[in-house]
Amino acid sequence: MKLLIKSGRIIDPSRNIDRVENILIEEGKISSYPAETKKLEKDKKINLIDASGKTVSPGFIDMHVHLREPGYEHKETIRTGCEAGAAGGFTSLVCMPNTNPINDNASVTEYILLKARKEGIVNVFPIGAITKGEKGESLAQIGEMFEAGCVGISDDGMPVMNSKVMRHAMEYVRPFNIPVISHAEDKNLSGNGVMNEGFFSNKLGLGGIPNASEEVIVARDITLAELTGVHLHIAHVSTAGSVRLIREAKARGIRVTAEATPHHVMLTDEAVLGYDTNAKVNPPIRTAEDVEFIRDGLKDGTIDAIATDHAPHSEDEKKVEFDLAPFGISGLETALPISLKLVTEGVLTLNQLIEKLTFNPAQIVNIDRGTLMVGAKADLVIFDTEKAFTVDRMKFRSKGKNSPFHGWKLTGHVEYTIVGGEIVYSA
Amino acid sequence: MVFQRKHILGLEELDAREINLVLDTAASMKEVSERDVKKVPALKGTTVVNLFFEPSTRTRSSFEIAEKRLSADVLNFTLSQSSVIKGETLLDTARNLEAMGAGVIVIRHSMSGAPWLLAKELHSSIINAGDGSHEHPSQALLDLFTIREIKGEIGGLVVVIVGDIRHSRVARSNIWGFLRLGAEVRVVGPATLIPKEIEYMDVKVFYTLEEALKDADVVIMLRIQMERQGSEYFPSLREYSKFYGLSREKLRIAKDDVSVMHPGPINRGVELSSEVADDVNSVILDQVSNGIAVRMAMLYLVASGGRNV
Repeated sequence: MKLLIKSGRIIDPSRNIDRVENILIEEGKISSYPAETKKLEKDKKINLIDASGKTVSPGFIDMHVHLREPGYEHKETIRTGCEAGAAGGFTSLVCMPNTNPINDNASVTEYILLKARKEGIVNVFPIGAITKGEKGESLAQIGEMFEAGCVGISDDGMPVMNSKVMRHAMEYVRPFNIPVISHAEDKNLSGNGVMNEGFFSNKLGLGGIPNASEEVIVARDITLAELTGVHLHIAHVSTAGSVRLIREAKARGIRVTAEATPHHVMLTDEAVLGYDTNAKVNPPIRTAEDVEFIRDGLKDGTIDAIATDHAPHSEDEKKVEFDLAPFGISGLETALPISLKLVTEGVLTLNQLIEKLTFNPAQIVNIDRGTLMVGAKADLVIFDTEKAFTVDRMKFRSKGKNSPFHGWKLTGHVEYTIVGGEIVYSA
Repeated sequence: MVFQRKHILGLEELDAREINLVLDTAASMKEVSERDVKKVPALKGTTVVNLFFEPSTRTRSSFEIAEKRLSADVLNFTLSQSSVIKGETLLDTARNLEAMGAGVIVIRHSMSGAPWLLAKELHSSIINAGDGSHEHPSQALLDLFTIREIKGEIGGLVVVIVGDIRHSRVARSNIWGFLRLGAEVRVVGPATLIPKEIEYMDVKVFYTLEEALKDADVVIMLRIQMERQGSEYFPSLREYSKFYGLSREKLRIAKDDVSVMHPGPINRGVELSSEVADDVNSVILDQVSNGIAVRMAMLYLVASGGRNV
């Protein structure tokens, strides 16, 4: 099937393109940018999308999601997670290994990829665990997982607390040329913390997680990255101090990249007031000062990517005492409109934002996506930057309705999501 | 004035007028407690459930006496007999009690915010009898009642709260309560037990007891949880007591008519010496008896909406 996308504003940061063009897609690939479309429009074998007034970009790549399958299918499945991704404009999802069983060997990786081929409507790229069972003790089957298709390693959700184990993981993985993704958290400092430590944790009588809990591990992992030469990627940066550390490491030429989530750039810890478990997330939502630093980091390139850390949970699991509720926010279906606020608030240009949602994450996990050059896989998103709507979490395609953005009035609406030339979502 | 609230969850959300209304109502309830027949029919036909997820004999007993003096039907539902062990959620447990006709649920829970969850999801009135490290409104209200009775006026007093501020729900509720009524509030304790940014709650922070006690009208000694000793918070009870225990000698730094309070149960020789506990300045037993009148007032106000005050 051929597809012609007419008169859209094409933004493709991989080629530094921002102009109105027509795109012709054939056999799942970007075929050409025809200047004249009259003849093509008459061709009955070509589907036509009129994208006038809309933005067309490479499909978004979320380099940090939890698809929950295998093991936690009541929270999300590969099928529902991919549907949520498509609705959010994502054509590729990079999924974390903290499933059950944990993705710490090739058979789990192969299961995920098989399920994704059968049921997933967008691309799925798994991340393998760093250590067996994410226990932080001995190395997972990193080489075999790489062969099976893992694009990085991480013990996401759990830090590798033993520095020696982390060092050896970094050394071991280096020849495979995939990144080590660090969930930077000192579990001892976090203790029984369930939110940011400060005025509001005090007021609510909830255990606090200090900024230092993240920063000491960011500092450690940067030091180890310098020692080993590995590509280190810092997941979900939440504090001012982490931004400073990463900025300084980059200036010194250390191979470090970083991501930030939409919730960490848009909310402060006040969101927890009333014991709203939908705002319970790890790392926790921090203060206005931290938000300012992360925004600066996005602006100056210290933070390379925007990733959602999509962490769906069931309603029952979240409707409990705050201490007992699991950490996590369902983020795929609000990522674009929340991130677009960074554009309207003058933090990023639309081009920069799209770069952080497409080309940069593709580079970090080294996948051949995130570009609209001729011959590239036809993964695209068409969206309307002006269209306003109100977030209704109960309408999410994700099984996880756990969103702190419920009821927010936002602008930015996905119209079409196209994966390999096929329309997988249309509004 | 009419009490508009369906629940009493914490002192933070009460304004000075509401606090004074509770205290005024408690004064009339105290009069009931001094009669020969200590009973009024105010809550006749209302079922009150004491839902206690933490063992607390004294708070539960105080609520139970208060409920009985108001002629309520009382059901005690405590951890040992609860279905929590069977894996039932807090909400399901509470919904079952509501379905049995509970008009008021008095909840004590080890986790902060648990009463808020019930207030959000249930129709019954909720009274917080202590949640985690968060609030303990009946304790603070009885402390305020006791001090108002002794000193006449709360505004302008210097109130010192001593000890484990970090983990104390009594501290938080008292901070809000005394501040609302115009007192100066100081907190003092080992630096590990003074939480970060507590000063933004408009309290003054001290690390030496002697300094904090200067010109004090009220001293509230917090209970030290035995399991904290030898942890990373402080080295030993002996050292804690040496620096933060209240002796008669240290008490002399405060005003002559200082009132010494403790929410109980006391660890004699740790938070305060026996001589201070039994001293004329000690109002610890007044707190206990006033607790019943204050809890009667809380129950009455949430159950009746204060229509007949």
